[in-house]
Amino acid sequence: MKTGKETIEAVFAAHTKPLLVAFTVAGDPEYGVSLRIMKEMALAGADIIELGLPFSDPVADGPVIQRADLRAMDTGMNTDRLLDLVREFRSSSKVPIVILTYANLIMRRGISRFYTDAAAAGIDGVVIADVPYEESEPFTKAAEQSGVAPIMMVSPTTSDERLSGILNKAAGFIYLVAVMGVTGARTGVEQTALDLLKRVKTKTSVPVAPGFGISTPEQVREWADHDADAVIVGSAIVRRIEDNLGDPDAIVSAVGTYIRTLKKP
Amino acid sequence: MKLPSRFGEYGGCYVPETLIAALEELEKAYLQILPGNTFQSELIHYLTEFAGRDTPLTYCRNMSADLGCKVYLKREDLLHSGAHKLNNAIGQALLAKFMGKTRLIAETGAGQHGVATAIAGATLGMSVEVYMGEVDVERQALNVARMKMMGAKVIPVQSGTRTLKDAINEAMRDWVASVGDTHYVIGTVVGPHPFPLLVRDLQSVIGTETRRQILEKEGKLPTTIVACIGGGSNAIGMFHPFVNDAVTLIGVEAGGEGLDGKHGATLCGGSPGVLHGNFSYILQDSYGQIQESHSVSAGLDYPGVGPEHSMHKDSGRVMYTAVTDTEALDAFLYLSRTEGIIPALESSHAVAYARRIVPALKTDDILVINLSGRGDKDVSQVIDLMQQNGVAL
Repeated sequence: MKTGKETIEAVFAAHTKPLLVAFTVAGDPEYGVSLRIMKEMALAGADIIELGLPFSDPVADGPVIQRADLRAMDTGMNTDRLLDLVREFRSSSKVPIVILTYANLIMRRGISRFYTDAAAAGIDGVVIADVPYEESEPFTKAAEQSGVAPIMMVSPTTSDERLSGILNKAAGFIYLVAVMGVTGARTGVEQTALDLLKRVKTKTSVPVAPGFGISTPEQVREWADHDADAVIVGSAIVRRIEDNLGDPDAIVSAVGTYIRTLKKP
Repeated sequence: MKLPSRFGEYGGCYVPETLIAALEELEKAYLQILPGNTFQSELIHYLTEFAGRDTPLTYCRNMSADLGCKVYLKREDLLHSGAHKLNNAIGQALLAKFMGKTRLIAETGAGQHGVATAIAGATLGMSVEVYMGEVDVERQALNVARMKMMGAKVIPVQSGTRTLKDAINEAMRDWVASVGDTHYVIGTVVGPHPFPLLVRDLQSVIGTETRRQILEKEGKLPTTIVACIGGGSNAIGMFHPFVNDAVTLIGVEAGGEGLDGKHGATLCGGSPGVLHGNFSYILQDSYGQIQESHSVSAGLDYPGVGPEHSMHKDSGRVMYTAVTDTEALDAFLYLSRTEGIIPALESSHAVAYARRIVPALKTDDILVINLSGRGDKDVSQVIDLMQQNGVAL
């Protein structure tokens, strides 16, 4: 059986670029609908699903994802339920799953135990919004032991010296933070982010996936023109959930329709 | 980073990648600008001419007679703005100015740090925006008005619990997007490296002065020093210059309704974890979600604490304890009536614990209480609480 890291690598090798990494908060708006959303994402063509494990104090996230975190926590989402959700999704789909969360939830469970449980449930990669390179050692070590890909972030202000260190540890894909700011839809693509993509691509063969602020097919095309291996779309998906709260069918259909528009060549 | 980012196992730098460059820049300023003569003489100018340092170390005759030992108060309540917060705010604002930043942001709970930052911004000619939980904006109208009067913009925070914790989250989100021209003036010894070091150094003026003053007055060091702890900046500022001496150091946390109920006693009732960029004791549930704190005093109502305190707790160098809301209220009235000094509800926690330990002290023993702030801001709240408890003023 392939490890999570190998699963992600295989998907990048086999699929047409740019891949779509589609984000949703686990348990938003509640467990059952969240599972339906994940399945619809896979059907609609998401190449990788990024699942947010909600934290009470998400400093890297804008208001749209903060509200989704609250909805999920209010309906009982926690680390154990996240693992249930992934196991249940795994019974019908092989689409790779990457978890996005914050350091304290992993440390509280025990770093090693978190990664072992994650691998056993079928999680392929983990990205931690508040763990920069300097604090990453215990997390990347546990990731390596469990086979889960340690996905590292780089930003336009990352120095060359730190970039080399980060790229040495990264596996699965590199998460390129495309704006100086928190998550949330924006227009256009910043030149500093395109420059960063170029810097990163000359230094590594690990796939690079820009995220933060990406919501339109035009932005996806622009990133593709600049040779991005994937794009990560989050808040724009979550907003479609929020816009249809109270109507699960409408949520699932809105998310599916939106992902299909992003995947259209 | 050039410096060790930890105090023992605590501290560190748990922030989004986008902030690392700004923290490196700040660390560089901490190492190169802060110790320089130009900066230091400017800082001393503002601390003395503007803020009113040295603050007195007051020998309290009535309290000493009542309690049976020598009681001194370190009078940070007499600092401009009414609390120790200005030591840090003016220092960080000046450092930011030397770094070429033009805009200051800050978080505030009760409003004391927001007011201190507004003061610093006004006098140094820098724009100030203060994040404040919506709940706190409503209950601290006076401080909101003071900030606005000095030209600061107050931004009500509607996310999460709408209190101090979320104001810090929002200030960090702002900073991620504005690091080029903006400095985040964090209000206490928390946050990612190098903030706990920087704020500790700026607040250490409290302990350094106290040490000199007590040697002048008594010819010896105190037996015991007591300070209140929320994030822990007044306490670390007082304790730090004494950690290598044979002086008993006691930090008093917000026991709220008692450690079995709702409280803000992170060191006494919490466990290690990561909040707001550092690894330290925090209040959290079994999954690691941050829990709401509670205290009668807004300045101690925070579910985290500075990492240096966590180190001192584990090593036993500082003793950490807690007093309840009720004990703090009693001490508020006690000091007001005994000495004619109305203490902040935060500082009342230190006074309350001092009263509790005094039977163990001898007549010649010296007890220093850090009176971190004055209580004018708390008067209407205290009157309300007294009426609820059926106590006449």
